Amino acid sequence: MEFRRSLHKGVSVPRTLPTPTPETRHFWEGCKQGELLLQRCRGCRQAYFPPRPFCPRCAGRDIEVFAASGQATLYSYVINFRPRPDMGTEPHSIAVVQLAEGPRMMTNVVNCPQTPEALQLDMELQILFQQESEDIALPLFEPARS
Amino acid sequence: MKRNTVAVVGAAETTKLGVIPDVSALGLHADAALNALADTQLKPSDIDGIAAAAESPVTLAAYLGITPHWIDNTNVGGCSFMLHVRHAAAAIEAGHCTTVLITHGESGRSGVGRPAYPFSAASLPGQFEVPYGVAGPFSNFTVPVLRYMKERGVTEEDLALVAVIQREWAAMNPRATLKTPITVDDVLNSEMIAWPFRKLMCCLRTDGGGALILTSAERARDFPNRPVYVMGTGEGVGAPMVSMMEDFATFAGFRIAGAQAFAEADIGHADVDHLMVYDAFAHLPFYGLEDLGFCRPGEAKHFIRERNTAPGGKLPMNTNGGGLAYMHSGMYGMYAMQESIRQMRGTAPAQVPDARISVCQGVGGMFAAAGTVIFTNEQ
Repeated sequence: MEFRRSLHKGVSVPRTLPTPTPETRHFWEGCKQGELLLQRCRGCRQAYFPPRPFCPRCAGRDIEVFAASGQATLYSYVINFRPRPDMGTEPHSIAVVQLAEGPRMMTNVVNCPQTPEALQLDMELQILFQQESEDIALPLFEPARS
Repeated sequence: MKRNTVAVVGAAETTKLGVIPDVSALGLHADAALNALADTQLKPSDIDGIAAAAESPVTLAAYLGITPHWIDNTNVGGCSFMLHVRHAAAAIEAGHCTTVLITHGESGRSGVGRPAYPFSAASLPGQFEVPYGVAGPFSNFTVPVLRYMKERGVTEEDLALVAVIQREWAAMNPRATLKTPITVDDVLNSEMIAWPFRKLMCCLRTDGGGALILTSAERARDFPNRPVYVMGTGEGVGAPMVSMMEDFATFAGFRIAGAQAFAEADIGHADVDHLMVYDAFAHLPFYGLEDLGFCRPGEAKHFIRERNTAPGGKLPMNTNGGGLAYMHSGMYGMYAMQESIRQMRGTAPAQVPDARISVCQGVGGMFAAAGTVIFTNEQ
């Protein structure tokens, strides 16, 4: 099995990847299956991220996991001109996206020029999953196809 | 706590600031502590409380020959020292100790004896931020700013102006690392680091340290220097990761900590003569001015453009040159307080005439924690 190791050209070291914990394993398993799994409180209906086995708003333990739509808008970002060695040599976005379901998350916006002109705040985005290792697929975002 | 019941009687920085390749982080702690002891003419045996952030107070107590009855190792990033002042004031008032030493030393540039920074791939940032290329504060502390700029109508030129004005202050300070005047164009033409941040909008990386000694206001008059009273304090937190910050245009930690400190000091904004806002990057003063209530949301840009924070302005800010021009070893809060205390003692290189009240605002992590201390030289 072959994995795409990186976003960018000129990468010589493997990408720094997360180590799932018991509280987050379902999320990373979901990414591997191509689903962005969020959690929601059955009591107050609040959707939240990052994963934890209780609601951060009301502390209720009665929560459910659901698949998010993968639709988001661009909330804010920087274009990092000093990329880490595992991120290649080209400037790349480090973004926070607003998910349609409410929570926000950090990600990279890919498949578009990494420029202020191409990366406009509030632009519509859609998710993709980039397989990085046998265990980890990272949830990334790209401009939505209208 | 009650205002003005505890005072700073000793304050000093390391003998040298800047590039200090021949002293370890622990050595910088000790150099600053010895300078602060000399400032008070106290001996280590006179100290019965000790606080530090990145280094263990147990290590420091043994290293310096101190037997503490009270320690504080609160470490929430660069504002930890503001929290130490707050906690020390409460401990002195409660009678847990009488004389507290707060020290900081950091080999931020040379990396000599720098404590390891443990960062697990299983931590929340390790799972939900680091995989996307976070390479240090310049690449994630900066992430909120485009949202702030869009919502508040702030331009790149406004960010650049912060750096220009702080260089004006630094030009008056012999110990500042960068003293050469710069223009907005210089800033906007400097190397791109993380759009929209250019190099001159980012803090320095230097070596240094600082230390404070606090005791009760009753004892404070027995020391060589003019006492600087702790008038009000506050602490607060936001989110542990910048991506979880509730609203990218305002920092809850600043609002929470600032409101406590102003209430405790029982002052209004018009009473403030001098302001320090921790400036790891040029956007932080905008958040500080608005979240502390000096400006309404969206007005900080006008306030800065009208030179209110510049030399001769009505609210002199970051008068040592700040993290952008004075020094920044990684945890800058200690140096911000040192400048507040110099201003209250009347010994600052760029002294604000007749300054009586100084507000010192710290940030920790990437908009994760905040500490506010309001100092005054009048009891």
